[in-house]
Amino acid sequence: MPLMCFYSSQIKFRLFSQSDRLLIKCGKIVNDDQSFFADIYIEDGVIKQIGENLIVPGGVKIIDAHGRMVMPGGIDVHTRFQMPDRGMVSADDFYQGTRAALAGGTTMIVDHVVPEPGVSLVAAFNQWREWADSKSCCDYSLHVDITNWHKGMQEEMESLVKDHGVNSFLVYLAYKDVFQLSDSQMYEVFNVIRNLGAIAQVHAENGDIIAEEQRKILELGITGPEGHVLSRPEEVEAEAVNRSVTVANQTNCPLYITKVMSKSAADVIALARKKGAVVYGEPISASLGTDGTHYWSKNWAKAAAFVTSPPLSPDPTTPDYLNSLLSCGDLQVTGSAHCTFHTSQRAVGKDNFTLIPEGTNGTEERLSLIWDKCVVTGKMDENQFVAVTSTNAAKIFNLYPRKGRIAVGSDADLVLWDPDVSKIISAKSHNLAVEYNIFEGTEVRGAPLVVVSQGKIVLEEGNLHTTEGCGRYVSRKPFPDHVYRRIKARSRLTELSGVPRGLYDGPVCENVTPKVMTPVTSVKTSPAKLQQQQQQQAPQPVRNLHQSGFSLSGAQVDDNIPRRNTQRIAAPPGGRSNITSLG
Amino acid sequence: MSGHSYQGKKNIPKITSDRLLVKGGRIVNDDQSFYADIYMEDGVIKQIGDNLIVPGGIKTVEANGKMVIPGGIDIHTHFQMPYRGTTTVDDFSQGSKAALAGGTTMIVDHVIPEPGNSLIEAFDQWRSWADEKTCCDYSLHVDITHWNDSVKQEVDTLLKEKGVNSFQVYMAYKDFYQMSNSELYEIFTFLGEMGGIVQVHAENGEIIAEEQARILEMGITGPEGHVLSRPEELEAEAVFRAITIASQTNCPLYVTRVMSKSAADIISQARKKGNVVFGEPITASLGTDGTHYWSKNWAKAASFVTSPPLSPDPTTPDYLNTLLASGDLNVTGSAHCTFSVAQKAIGKDDFTQIPEGVNGVEERMSLIWDKAVTTGKMDENMFVAVTSTNAAKILNLYPRKGRVAVGSDADLVIWDSDAVRTITAKTHNSAAEFNVFEGMELRGAPSVVICQGKLVLEDGNLHAISGVGRFIPCTPFPDFAYKRIKARKQLAVLRAVPRGMYDGPVSDFSPMSRGGTPSASARTSPTKQPVRNLHHSAFSLAGPPTTEDLPIRPAGRRIVIPPGGRSNITSLS
Repeated sequence: MPLMCFYSSQIKFRLFSQSDRLLIKCGKIVNDDQSFFADIYIEDGVIKQIGENLIVPGGVKIIDAHGRMVMPGGIDVHTRFQMPDRGMVSADDFYQGTRAALAGGTTMIVDHVVPEPGVSLVAAFNQWREWADSKSCCDYSLHVDITNWHKGMQEEMESLVKDHGVNSFLVYLAYKDVFQLSDSQMYEVFNVIRNLGAIAQVHAENGDIIAEEQRKILELGITGPEGHVLSRPEEVEAEAVNRSVTVANQTNCPLYITKVMSKSAADVIALARKKGAVVYGEPISASLGTDGTHYWSKNWAKAAAFVTSPPLSPDPTTPDYLNSLLSCGDLQVTGSAHCTFHTSQRAVGKDNFTLIPEGTNGTEERLSLIWDKCVVTGKMDENQFVAVTSTNAAKIFNLYPRKGRIAVGSDADLVLWDPDVSKIISAKSHNLAVEYNIFEGTEVRGAPLVVVSQGKIVLEEGNLHTTEGCGRYVSRKPFPDHVYRRIKARSRLTELSGVPRGLYDGPVCENVTPKVMTPVTSVKTSPAKLQQQQQQQAPQPVRNLHQSGFSLSGAQVDDNIPRRNTQRIAAPPGGRSNITSLG
Repeated sequence: MSGHSYQGKKNIPKITSDRLLVKGGRIVNDDQSFYADIYMEDGVIKQIGDNLIVPGGIKTVEANGKMVIPGGIDIHTHFQMPYRGTTTVDDFSQGSKAALAGGTTMIVDHVIPEPGNSLIEAFDQWRSWADEKTCCDYSLHVDITHWNDSVKQEVDTLLKEKGVNSFQVYMAYKDFYQMSNSELYEIFTFLGEMGGIVQVHAENGEIIAEEQARILEMGITGPEGHVLSRPEELEAEAVFRAITIASQTNCPLYVTRVMSKSAADIISQARKKGNVVFGEPITASLGTDGTHYWSKNWAKAASFVTSPPLSPDPTTPDYLNTLLASGDLNVTGSAHCTFSVAQKAIGKDDFTQIPEGVNGVEERMSLIWDKAVTTGKMDENMFVAVTSTNAAKILNLYPRKGRVAVGSDADLVIWDSDAVRTITAKTHNSAAEFNVFEGMELRGAPSVVICQGKLVLEDGNLHAISGVGRFIPCTPFPDFAYKRIKARKQLAVLRAVPRGMYDGPVSDFSPMSRGGTPSASARTSPTKQPVRNLHHSAFSLAGPPTTEDLPIRPAGRRIVIPPGGRSNITSLS
C-alpha cells in the first residue's frame, strides 16, 4: 500500500494532482437504505474508506461537499448509442452519449447489442465491445437482443453468459417480420434464459396488430408522426406486457419490461407483481418527463423527434402516474432508451411514419427529471431516488454492491448532488449531437454539482473532463440473488407428477382418424408451419405396456398433489377423498 | 351432398290442440314479474292478462301461482359433433330432449367446418342434421377454422342470406383451428363492419403446445395433464388479447366458455373500461371444478376434460356465479359436447388425444337457480336474463325469444322453485355414461315446459318430437351490441395533421429495413408504402381545421386533453 505519509483531515487546501486519490469531505452519503454524514476516501477508482476524521495520504485532492448529498452515480440501464439502423447510425455515439450521461450524473450505462437477424450474437457483441471500448467515457455493460430465434442460438447465449459477462437478453414482441418472436419462440427463449440464470427483457408491443393498424392508417392518408402513435395505441402495449408476464410465469423466468410508456402497461405490471410474478418495469426519461401530445405538432421535425416505440402516450397525465408507481415501488428501474437521430435521418420517414427511425434522448436529463418530478414533489425521498436511478439496476443485473452503493470496496462512481439548482433543458445547451430535445423548455430542479467516475472528477464547476475510451466493460454474472432467489425456490415447487392409476382397460372407440385430419396447412400458410405440424404428430409417445402408472414408492396420500406456483388452489385436489375415490 | 334434405322439411301434422291457456301463473321477465294468464295459439303468445276471453274447449294448464318464465336459451351446444371419425353421443334429438327436460326451449349449436372446407357446405350439413332431429327451435353459430378471401366471402353470405350472425374463432388448437393475431384482426374488422358477433375460444394455443410437450415428456399422460398443460393464466391471457384486438377494431366480442376466475376478471375489468364484451360461463364452470382431473378413476377424470379446462380452484364456481349475478358475465351456455367412455379412451395413453367436452344442457337452468337464486345472489328476473333474455338480445332474436309477451314465441317454462332433484347419470337424458354433476342435489326445476306452444314436459313425462325444431335465422347488427359500436364508429375517424411538406435534408439510408436482412422485404411491402402524389399537399381542401376538426381518437383511448387543444404544443417551435 502506498500510504507513506499521513496527514490529518483538517487540511483545507486543494491540490491539483494527477493522482487517483480523492477525498470527499462533509458529504451526506445517500444510499437506497439510509443517509448519513461521512467523508469518503477514494483511491484507484475504488472507495477505500468511509467515516469521519479519515487518515489519508497527503496531497490528495479534496472536495468539500458542504453537507450536500453524495449519491452513487446513476446507472442508465437502457441506452442505444451508435446504433445502426438501415445504413444509418444513431447520432450520439459512445463518446457523445457517455459524455451526456456523465454530464447528467450517470456514471454507468448499459447499452443494447442489436444483432442483425441471422448474424451471430457473439460477433455482434464483439462489434459493440469494440465500438464502446474505443469511445466510452464511463463504465458500461451490454444487454444482447435476440432478434430471431432458432435452437442453435442457445449455445451462443450460453457462451455470452459464461464467457462474456452478459446476463440479460431482450426479445421483441413488435417489429413484425423483422425482430418479432412468436409466443412459442418467446416460451423457448425464456426457458433458455432461466436455465442460464439471466434476465428476460421484453420490448412489449403486439407487432401483429401494429402492422395491421399501420396499414389502415397509411390507407387513410395519415403519413405524419401522429400516425406513429395512432397505429400503436397503448392497449397494444398493455396486451403484450400481459402476454409476456403469462409466458414468464409459465416458464418461471424473471421478466423485465423495457420502456414502460403508458398507464395501462404499468398497471398490468403492478397487478402481476401483486399476484407474485417476478417482473420489473422500466419507465424511461421520456415517459416520465413528457407525453405524446407532441406528435400532433405542426412542426414535422419536432413531432418526428418524439417518435419512439412504444410511443409516448397522448394522455398527458401519464408521466405523473408513472412517477407515482416508480415512487411506490411498482416500477423499479429507470433507463433513458437514449437513441437519437438527426432531423435529416428522421426525414427518411417524411412521407411515411413507419420509416421514421425511432428513439428519443434522455440519458443526460434522467436524474434531474426524476428528482424534479418525484423528490421535489414529495413522491419519493432521496433514498428511493437512489434506488430507482442506480441501486435497483445494480441489483437486478448483478452489479451490486460494486455499483449502486457507496460503501468501502465499491467503485468510486459518485455524484455530488445539488437539490436547489434549477435549469432549463434546451437543445442549445445539451451535450447531444441532435437538433431537438424532447424536454425542450422543461425547467428542472436538482442537478449534479460534481461527478466522479472511476475515482476521477469528470464534472466540476460545470466543466466536463471526460476521456474518450477510458470506460471499462463491466461483466455481469448470472443468477443475480435479487432476482433468482425467488425463482430458485419456485422451481423446486413446480415439479409435477402424474396420478398413479391402473391402466384403463375398458373399450376404446376405433376407427379414429388422426387428430390433424385435413391438409389444412396448405390453406393456412407457410412450410414452416407444416414442418411443425409433422413434428407435432411424430412424438405421440409409445407407451410401454409393461409399465404401470404406479411409482415405485407407492401411492402416497399427497404425493400427487400437483401444484404450480401460478395456480391458486385453495383445497388441494388430493385432499378431498370423496372426489378422488373410485367411482 | 345432403344439402337439399333440409329444404324439403317434412310436414308436421297439424295438431288441433295448438291452443293453450296457462292460468294463474306469475310471469317473470328479465325486467319485472306480474300475475297474469297467458293464451297462446299456433305457437305464439296471443294474449296476456286477467280474465282472458278465449275459445272454449282449449287445454288449460294451472300454474297455481308458480313462476312462468321464458324458456331457456342454451347459446352453446355441440350436438352430433363429428370428431376424428366418430360423433358425440348426444345427437340433435337426444341433446334437444335433454335440453327440454331441463327447461331449455332453444339451443344454438356450433357449426365446425373442417379447416379448408367450405363454411356454407358445413352450415348446410348441420342444418340438415338438425332439421331432421331437433325437438326444439335452434340457431347456429359458425366457427371460422381457417381464413382467406373465399372464407370471407362465405361469411358475408352466411350473414346476409343464411341467418347466422355469430362466428367463433379459436385462439387455441395450434396448427389446426388456431388463428394468428393478424388473422384475428382481419376477422374482427370484417365482422365489426358487417354487424356480426365475434366469439372467441380464448386460450393461448402456442404456450399450450409447449406445455403439453413438456408434460408428456415428464411422463404425465392422464387427464390431470390436460389441466396442467392449460393453466388458467393462458385463458386469461388470450381473453386479454382478444379484448385488445376487439377494441382496436371496434368489434363486439363474445368470450365463450369462461372457465376461470382470472379470465372472468379480465372481462369485468374490460367492461369497466367500456369495452363491448360479453362473457359466457358454462354449466360446468358454474357447477363444478377441476379437482376431479386427479380422480383415480380414469374414466371419471376423462369425462371432465374440456377446454379451457375446469379450474382446480374449488372457489371458482361460486365466484363465477357472483359475477353472473352482478352482470359482469352476461349469458350462460352449456357447451354440451358429450363423448362415451370408449370415445374418451382414445386418449387413454395421452391426454392430448382425449376428446374434449362435458355435459350440461339439461342441468343448466336448475344449476343456476340453485347456485345463484336460492343463495340470494340474483333474483328471478336476473335468472331469466342470464338464462334466456340476454342470449336472445345478443342473437338479435329478442323479443321473439327470451320474453313472455304478446307476439313472442310460446316457449315457456313453469318453474317449480321448491322441487329438489339429484343429478345422476342413471336418470339423465343424455346418452353419456358420466355426468360431471353426479350426486349434486339441486333445488329448482321445470314442472311444465311448453315449446312452440305445445306441452313437452308435464308431470315428469317428456313428449318431445324429433324434427319439429325450426331453424331461427339471426340477423346482423343486434342492437344490444351494435348501438354502442355504431356510435363509436362515428367518433373513431382519424385525421392527419395538416403540415407543409418537410423540405429539409434527408439522410441516405439503405431501403432495407432495420437489421438489413431479407426479412425486411415484408416490412416495406408495396401496400405499406403508398406512393405519394407530390402534387398533393397535405392540406385538405376544407382549409385549416378548427379545434373540433383535429384528430379524434378511437373510443378505446383515454385522452384527457386533446392534443389540438394545447396551442403551445402544436404551434411551430
